[in-house]
Amino acid sequence: MTDVLVCVKRVPDASGEVVLTEAGDSVDGRYAGYTMSAHEECALEIAVGIAGESDGEVTVLSLGEEDCVEQLRAAVAVGAHAAVRIDALADAFGPGDVAAAIASAVREKEAGGASYDLVLLGNDAADTGDHQVGIRLAHLLERPVVAGALTVTVAEGRAEVRADTATGTEVYELPLPAVATVLEGGVQPRYPSISGRMRAKKTPIEVLEPGVEPRGNGRLGLRVLPPPDSQVEVLGQGEGAAARLAQVLRELGVVR
Amino acid sequence: MSVLVLVETEVAGQGEPGLSVVAEETLTFARGLPGDAVDAVLVGHVGLPSERVLAQCREHGVRTLFVSTDAQLERYAARAWARVVDAGLQGSGAAYLIGGGTPRGNEVLAHVASFHDVPMAANVVQIVQSDPLEVERQVVGGAVLERIGLGGELAVASVAGHAVAPVPSAEPTQTQVEQVAVQLTPADLAAQVRRSEVREAGDTSALTGASVVVGVGRGVGGADRFTAAEALAERLGGAVGVSRVVTSLGWRPHHEQVGQTGSRISPDLYLACGISGAIQHWAGCASSRTIIAINTDDEAPMVTKAQYAVIGDMHEVLPALLEELG
Ligand SMILES: Cc1cc2nc3c(=O)[nH]c(=O)nc-3n(C[C@H](O)[C@H](O)[C@H](O)COP(=O)(O)OP(=O)(O)OC[C@H]3O[C@@H](n4cnc5c(N)ncnc54)[C@H](O)[C@@H]3O)c2cc1C
Repeated sequence: MTDVLVCVKRVPDASGEVVLTEAGDSVDGRYAGYTMSAHEECALEIAVGIAGESDGEVTVLSLGEEDCVEQLRAAVAVGAHAAVRIDALADAFGPGDVAAAIASAVREKEAGGASYDLVLLGNDAADTGDHQVGIRLAHLLERPVVAGALTVTVAEGRAEVRADTATGTEVYELPLPAVATVLEGGVQPRYPSISGRMRAKKTPIEVLEPGVEPRGNGRLGLRVLPPPDSQVEVLGQGEGAAARLAQVLRELGVVR
Repeated sequence: MSVLVLVETEVAGQGEPGLSVVAEETLTFARGLPGDAVDAVLVGHVGLPSERVLAQCREHGVRTLFVSTDAQLERYAARAWARVVDAGLQGSGAAYLIGGGTPRGNEVLAHVASFHDVPMAANVVQIVQSDPLEVERQVVGGAVLERIGLGGELAVASVAGHAVAPVPSAEPTQTQVEQVAVQLTPADLAAQVRRSEVREAGDTSALTGASVVVGVGRGVGGADRFTAAEALAERLGGAVGVSRVVTSLGWRPHHEQVGQTGSRISPDLYLACGISGAIQHWAGCASSRTIIAINTDDEAPMVTKAQYAVIGDMHEVLPALLEELG
């Protein structure tokens, strides 16, 4: 039985235009909406697969205010069994603080009888892109960690983690309990079923205190990069532009 | 007060390993930090650094290059590599630790930051002010810049790819090589690569190192419709890169994806065909020298951000272009 904890983050959906709040200190997702980081959708998919093979359970955890319940329920709808929210103002928490709060939650849950053979997180969050929460968490929990996992499988108390490199795949084998941070691309997240959605509505969300005084990440301000002035030279329309396009490629020196 | 740079190497063709382009960018960035010297630490090579690495270090003004020849480090283990970096920190007494914003760079630096419980800023693009240190870094896939203060005894930061152009130092040095000894524990080696499987087709190093990339997006219309784009990549001696929609639809493998959650590329030419140019895609191709968009929509962001554009159906434009090129 492999029990997996998956940490997910509520992030502004930035696939369209990015707008800052009036104070200019955070991204305003009120119009575009919020979502779960893409890497974490894959982490969740991996967790549901691993737990499903061994009758284990998936617990999903998010640090944030009341509204991140939306992402927790979305996770339950695709197969997580239980959901935990660490009640905190996510923006006030730097990556070290988030790791410490998750570590404190893991200890609290494990003291109460739970045990997480594997903790999965996204490699980096879609908004802050810090690349360190999973690794800091592993240090705090004194567990081995691999970053950038595309797939994770578990057999005989060990996890096999596969990660991509420029030229191929690197394979790790870790003793459990362990931590891995997941990159999008190794698995295809599933869609919620109707029964999953029903279950998600009814699943209670456990609320924990962060147990950490946040130090923040040192943010002094944000600015959205202005769009570059369009300097585009339109070479033409359709196939009629091919001759001019070929000429430009020759001028650029890229035609061999 | 000095700066320590974690440098990565790469083997180009059959030659000796040399510093990666990212390492040279990072050394260039490091020289802009306050401090009286730049030292470097090289991890993962069993044996002493190649003559080429040393020449590059001299060129970049590196005072001391810390290396470890421990055979246990041959296969990658982020935490063990971080121990070597830590030994380099002790040797140099650096106040700043900088590395490339690569998967290895970010992972190893995060371990070092964890050892010391100090902050780490990933994907820094520029220094705003030196005293106290303030930097700007990319967040939200590069759409937003975050200004943060990095005070304290040790500041750890990774530098986003192509944030600075690599330039040699005005004052080359005689680089000293210093071997560091590390006591690795089983915990340091618990997460170590067991084996590597080399991909037969579609080597991503071909994509990230290509001088021409033919980008293909959802506009291609199907997994079986890549023939012209592939033929053009072949004709130009380049590689095919794709958008995330293309990989999520299963039309092409993930290692071909360009963008925030894919590869970052910087070819001489990026020819983006049927790609809208969403910010997360842009994050991966923005540092291409020239961008040409082929798109049916003259208002697609990729068109307005490109230097050149052809408005039209890629399935008409690419075959006609191939014919022109002969
Ligand atoms: C957290 C996160 C991470 C992401 N990471 C990445 C990433 O790494 N890489 C990435 O690419 N995206 C990424 N995305 C997705 C990104 O937001 C866009 O959805 C994606 O890039 C769009 O792909 P596309 O341009 O191929 O498709 P679309 O947006 O659908 O655009 C298709 C384009 O093709 C044009 N077109 C249609 N038919 C033709 C034709 N016959 N000939 C020529 N043009 C035609 C259309 O006008 C349109 O401009 C990420 C998103 C999120 C939220």
